[in-house]
Amino acid sequence: MKQTDIQFDNNGMLRHFLTIDGLKRKTLTEILDTAENFATVGTQQVKKVPLLRGKTIVNLFFESSTRTRTTFELAAKRLSADVLNINIDTSSTSKGESLLDMLRNLEAMHCDMFVVRHNLSGAAHFIANHVSPHISVINAGDGQHAHPTQAMLDMFTIRRHKQDFTKLRVAIVGDIMHSRVARSQIHALNTLGVPEVRAIAPNTLIPPGTDELGIHVYHDMEQGLKDVDVVMMLRLQRERMSGALLPSEHEYFNTYGITTEKLKLAKPDAILMHPGPINRGVEIESAVADGPQSVILEQVTNGIAVRMAIMSMVLGRQPSGDEQEGRNK
Amino acid sequence: MSMQDNIVIKQGRIIDPANNTDKVADLYVAGGKIIAIDTLPDGFKAEHTIDASDKIVMPGIVDICARLREPGLEYKGTIATETAAAVAGGITTVCVPPDTDPCIDTTAVAELINQRAQAANNCHVVTQAALTLGLQGEHLSEMAILKQQAKSVGVSNALKPLKNILVMRRAMEYAASCDMTIFLHAEDVGLANNGCAHEGAISTRLGLPAIPESAETAAVSRDLMLIEQTGVRAHFSHITSANALHMIIQAKQQGLPVSLDTSIHHFHLIDLDIGFFDSNCHVIPPLRSQRDKEGLLQGLSLNQIDAICSDHQPHCPDAKLAPFSATEPGISGLETLLPLSLRLVQDKHIDLPSMVQKLTIDPAKILGIDAGTLSIGKTADICIFNPATHWRVEPERFISSGHNTPFTDWELQGNVDYTLVAGQIAYQNL
Repeated sequence: MKQTDIQFDNNGMLRHFLTIDGLKRKTLTEILDTAENFATVGTQQVKKVPLLRGKTIVNLFFESSTRTRTTFELAAKRLSADVLNINIDTSSTSKGESLLDMLRNLEAMHCDMFVVRHNLSGAAHFIANHVSPHISVINAGDGQHAHPTQAMLDMFTIRRHKQDFTKLRVAIVGDIMHSRVARSQIHALNTLGVPEVRAIAPNTLIPPGTDELGIHVYHDMEQGLKDVDVVMMLRLQRERMSGALLPSEHEYFNTYGITTEKLKLAKPDAILMHPGPINRGVEIESAVADGPQSVILEQVTNGIAVRMAIMSMVLGRQPSGDEQEGRNK
Repeated sequence: MSMQDNIVIKQGRIIDPANNTDKVADLYVAGGKIIAIDTLPDGFKAEHTIDASDKIVMPGIVDICARLREPGLEYKGTIATETAAAVAGGITTVCVPPDTDPCIDTTAVAELINQRAQAANNCHVVTQAALTLGLQGEHLSEMAILKQQAKSVGVSNALKPLKNILVMRRAMEYAASCDMTIFLHAEDVGLANNGCAHEGAISTRLGLPAIPESAETAAVSRDLMLIEQTGVRAHFSHITSANALHMIIQAKQQGLPVSLDTSIHHFHLIDLDIGFFDSNCHVIPPLRSQRDKEGLLQGLSLNQIDAICSDHQPHCPDAKLAPFSATEPGISGLETLLPLSLRLVQDKHIDLPSMVQKLTIDPAKILGIDAGTLSIGKTADICIFNPATHWRVEPERFISSGHNTPFTDWELQGNVDYTLVAGQIAYQNL
């Protein structure tokens, strides 16, 4: 029944970054503006700013990841924070130590921030609800729920190419059903005022309740891609081929894979995005992935600036004095 | 106080739907039985007088589904702790489903529960026998022996649906020949797909593995066909969707021997209440949509739902301390069953006597037990409550070992003052 937003402290400052769902446009814009300031740090000779000197950030990854973890690590290091990477095999923790016990142990080492990736939806919220009041949590992907930093780096990339969100038509293509990236993208696009967000996929990959989510569903690339400004592809997990969701990779690529031909249906200046890692020949043709409209590698670069922005906003804020409100058990 | 004590309950509003009684009167208890209402029996001398003016006097509640966790899961609760919670909630009979550890597939386990319940001396406890050995869904349990020797009131496979429908058919046929009621948890395992929340906009937004409504309706429709074929008496436990309710009502109108209950929380909560992953709202079957809740409330007002139960599932705190889908489902519900039912009366979904009926005589009939009335000569199982008392739900004050409730901080009206079990004061609110 709790309706108070645990993402904010008593001064209304961002304390945890768990989901885009429920954030205001102002907050998202502030993150994007702050990220602009950090975008040049990586190109300087000294790629560091001293904002988070003395802070300790723990990358707590219960699910394997290379790109997200690396960019979080780089972002933290460029802010001069100390970084600890912990990769945990969930299969071993599920039998023994509980997640909460593990958190207590890490807290005892006096950290300031947990960057959490977990295979269960709600894991980041759970951790944020139970950590000591002085610790902030950033969600680096939880189950099929949210991947808010990915969505923000996508928004940053779109804004660099397309200035005004309120004039855009965006298509998200692929496995919306199982994608935390898609959910966060949809919230972000809606919050930033994009008037038309389309989802293109077969019914088996479209979750129920899409109206409430604010998307228009298409089952056909020809119609769905028509006149869009941004094409956001999603990664298709190999395991989706089992369980009667799809007949084959071949049929999927044939119907929903993005090719040079199909990309021509979008506006001529449309950009093509993908959260990575890409499956060439499954959801994306190599020529498109490496083509002129692709901004896939830019997304990776932008990921560092956006994560620096979020980390600095969360850890750089003044303590609100009564940080007890985060604990409710 | 001994069984022999004479008790008079003075000037309460006596509501006894089985006898169509709703009047202010005195009620006399002696030798563990109700011996008179209104007229003072000759030579009656009360050892104990309960002033029930402005209170409601009703038959003790018969809770058709409550887990006491013993044997096997004593760290979550014991027969002693949970029956103490039951009487604090005005409940005088609880029926336990067979999913203890070991499960109730032998008379040894059923008799152990009977003996522990007797030793705890709080309220009556009856058992449902396991439908299949080990609840594995393969071999039938010795249900006739469980019925004869351990007094099991029905058979059920608890929350484990049978994978092989042929086994279900055989089990129904066999239960029918034993004259036992089969209690069904309507869930199609394949469609439920290990989900943990109702499939809809909320499960989509939270990215939670979802259980579609069809997991319930498909199972109900299949089971109704088999009930028709086998002639077994069947009870659908914790129905949650409006469509499943309609299907069962239709079958009932066609003369099938079926009944159904709904857990009290499904009348009050919907998927939206999960908020941002409140694990206390993790229940199986899941909290459904607003439309389903409205359908259930309408069914209640149309007298289509036979019983309301707590579906009590006490947990230790750890069980709820994990990301939503990794938590254990269930609500500790014994102590909120009556006030949450009264809320349905206050909200005018049902009148008070009908509500009492669905908590007492109707579930007693479904279980085939002699309880749930205030008839002269019957066992004095009585609940006396003050309908005007307001209180706030504070789980740490629960008598149950399980403090897991989504109703924390709810302001509820109605508080149990006394619970009498077989003429003994089993609970008194001090």
